[in-house]
Amino acid sequence: MENIGLVVIGGGPAGLAAAIEAYKNGVRDILVLERERELGGILKQCIHNGFGLHIFGEELTGPEYAWRYIKQLKELGIVYKLNTTVLNISHDKIVTAVNSNDGLIRLRGKAVILAMGCRERTRGALNIPGTRPAGVYTAGTAQRFVNMEGYLPGKKAVILGSGDIGLIMARRMTLEGAKVKMVCELLPYSGGLTRNIVQCLHDFGIPLKLSHTVVAIDGRERLEGVTVCRVDENRRPIMETAEYVECDTLLLSVGLIPENELSEEAGIEIDPATSGPVVNESMETSVEGIFACGNVVHVHDLVDYVTQESKMAGRCAAEYVKGTGEIHEGKIYKTLAGNSVLYVVPQIIRKNFVKDEIKFFFRVKNIYKNINVVIKSGNSLLNTQKKLKVTPGEMESIRLSKKQMEFLNQKSDIYVELEEG
Amino acid sequence: MKHGHYKPSVLMWLFCFFNTLSREVFYMEYDAAIIGAGVVGSLIGRELSKYDLNVCLIEKAEDVAMGSSKANSAVIHAGYDANPGSLKAMLNVRGNMLMEKLARELDVPFKRIGSLVLAFNEKDMLQLEKLYQKGIKNHVPDIEILSRRRVLEMEPQLSRKITGALYAPTAGIVSPYDLTVGAVENAAENGIELILGKKVLDIKPYKGKFTIIMGTDVIYSRYVINAAGVYADLISAMVGETEFSIIPRRGEYMLFDKKIGNIVSSIIFNTPSATGKGILATPTVDGNLLIGPNAHDIKDKNDVSTTAEGMQEVLEGAGKLIPAFNQREIITSFAGIRAAPSTEDFIIKASQTTKGFVNAGGIESPGLSAAPAIAEYVRDILISEGLTLNKKKNYYLVRRPVIRFREINDNQKVRIIKEDPRYGNIICRCEKVTEGEIVDCIHRPAGARNSDAVKRRTRAGMGRCQGGFCMPGVVGILARELDIPADKVTKFGGNSRLLLRKTK
Repeated sequence: MENIGLVVIGGGPAGLAAAIEAYKNGVRDILVLERERELGGILKQCIHNGFGLHIFGEELTGPEYAWRYIKQLKELGIVYKLNTTVLNISHDKIVTAVNSNDGLIRLRGKAVILAMGCRERTRGALNIPGTRPAGVYTAGTAQRFVNMEGYLPGKKAVILGSGDIGLIMARRMTLEGAKVKMVCELLPYSGGLTRNIVQCLHDFGIPLKLSHTVVAIDGRERLEGVTVCRVDENRRPIMETAEYVECDTLLLSVGLIPENELSEEAGIEIDPATSGPVVNESMETSVEGIFACGNVVHVHDLVDYVTQESKMAGRCAAEYVKGTGEIHEGKIYKTLAGNSVLYVVPQIIRKNFVKDEIKFFFRVKNIYKNINVVIKSGNSLLNTQKKLKVTPGEMESIRLSKKQMEFLNQKSDIYVELEEG
Repeated sequence: MKHGHYKPSVLMWLFCFFNTLSREVFYMEYDAAIIGAGVVGSLIGRELSKYDLNVCLIEKAEDVAMGSSKANSAVIHAGYDANPGSLKAMLNVRGNMLMEKLARELDVPFKRIGSLVLAFNEKDMLQLEKLYQKGIKNHVPDIEILSRRRVLEMEPQLSRKITGALYAPTAGIVSPYDLTVGAVENAAENGIELILGKKVLDIKPYKGKFTIIMGTDVIYSRYVINAAGVYADLISAMVGETEFSIIPRRGEYMLFDKKIGNIVSSIIFNTPSATGKGILATPTVDGNLLIGPNAHDIKDKNDVSTTAEGMQEVLEGAGKLIPAFNQREIITSFAGIRAAPSTEDFIIKASQTTKGFVNAGGIESPGLSAAPAIAEYVRDILISEGLTLNKKKNYYLVRRPVIRFREINDNQKVRIIKEDPRYGNIICRCEKVTEGEIVDCIHRPAGARNSDAVKRRTRAGMGRCQGGFCMPGVVGILARELDIPADKVTKFGGNSRLLLRKTK
């Protein structure tokens, strides 16, 4: 069995940034394993623009954004294998993978970075009643058919869920000549970015029906229509408001789930709130030497943040591989989601491993206006930040500097929560 | 490899060809025609393929196992349910006994995991005692009534409210569509002709032969076996046999992620009621957890839609048995139709009025369990009806084995990829299905022609992402291997096209 410094599972934006950063921090024997025929992950099919505003200060398309990292990876000579699927990662970092050329690959990584991304929730997970015809797709699958395979799935569409992929696909299907009749959202607010609602729906006159859902699917062979219904405040359909909408395509944009089957097999602890691994300030999981970054940890809205998080994972994995990492002493702090907060990443802080500051990413449970985001430890208020509006659809962040960490309460955990402003 | 594929004789082919040219129909004459390629028709076909006969298996759908056989509880019952002396009782127990060898010959996974019928009160316990007595009369091996404590030791996740259970160690689980596909493939390897996508519109007996009309296509056969499932009454009526009708009785199911597939290790039933065996919970042979079915008589024989109320009913029913399962792990729900006969028992007999016509209808539960025995039984009816059976000289008892990448060991993986690199290309990441397996399932006899058929044969798209990632890959392989444009690929035949057209 071959020994290798760092194995990166996944060649999407997270894996690319992590591998490059690990190389820049001195690791030379890196192998990136990618299951698809090209590097770039889901960005390959995101041909719309809007990527890279934070990192590059310009609006790139998905493939352009990915190319900046792919190019760098190739220039650095980092080794990668395409069409290679990882079958198993063991607790002691033996990675088993398979492809057509090498057959079965088994190697032991000194460190492993998980960057497998996420998958879409399906019709089955929602339990939408009715028939099971052709024409019901997750939005991402439809996006792949249109943008990569070159086929339009249908001509009259209803989209359930106002997640970003659903909004983007509403515009994309319209541009391809399909009629998008409506976007239905179960919640009273959209799960997508405001700019996507404006640019993908408003600009094309596509109605967004908030507090609406699909309660039945109709059609024997190909989809013929769906029944759309308003829901009450408990998200229960009000059947009197049912309306039959004729369509041949239903796209589902109803949430993303970090893809952690490999992580679980390796015995890595999963946070039920994120469905991703519990990670510390170095993006290391509960298994020493296995790091994780990007959508496999928690679902991001913006790839720029994925890149930032992945660079951190790459840098820390490099330190681990080189063996220069210091031994941790002192208290390990848990970070917990406090009042009105759904989850916080990273979930664990080892104080002396924090370089200058730590950036907490979190999502809130509802829409809140004029609030303060606070970081608390025991009775001490470590940092506070005013926000005009926060929504569950947009990931938020707050920083904690090394200096502020001096006020950490030894007897308490760290809470990120909202307070009325 | 000693397996050959059946080729019609050149003469026969020429005969067909000229008929096709001259009359735009194809003309074939068979010894026996089986209508319906569900598990029953397919196993009858496989049984008859052992003999020197010219047999065809006609199916209106674009694949086999498209009716009751694709959506049911997938349970091989032990045989204590049916009334002693009934066909159901006899054929269930016999079918169960045959299943192990059959599954091995057809390379289909079958697991004898045992079943438990749970009792929750004194009344239920009396019911269990009755079942036990029936089981003894039906010659079900090794059944016993277990105490609450023993049951909970065996299955710690069950409801603490139980008072005891009837244990039947011979009950098992199988994949009903795998069994059907395996039977048809092996039958085809032995020369049976599969006619897919042709609906029988009429059957006319004439001078000791039947004319079977399927649109513009007509075939002739000396014997007809009606295994048309929920449509068996309509087929039977075509020859004037109207003594029974089939009531479509829908049952809804929910399937859970493999993560909780081992929450129980045996098949868990509630105490049966007048309407049937009730909602059960069972592991599947593929490692998922399956719950269902409810039972509702419906009008439309083809209506396999699910309902919100039905799914709630199933969840509540299963929740009574296993309180702790996590509803977040549901990966899909579906419905199947039972072919419930107006008679109490299966209707398996030769027509009294139309010589040569044999019904194998009303095959509701325990139809899957009984199917191997039904095949033998129908064979014997045909013999008594005058069909001469001579064993074939070259008969392939064993179906050409299927490579299931996720199940073979590392050495086997290395070897198979070396032989055919397509087995190193994973298409379905959730179920670890390779390109090699998908290509193979398309080119086997009775091969897959659409994405659902690929799914049933290989499990590509059956996992937790429900085809979200692999569907474009599967569509691409189907288009390439069948040499059709991708926008002509369907989900399950007919108008179930997956894609509208190429983008601009």
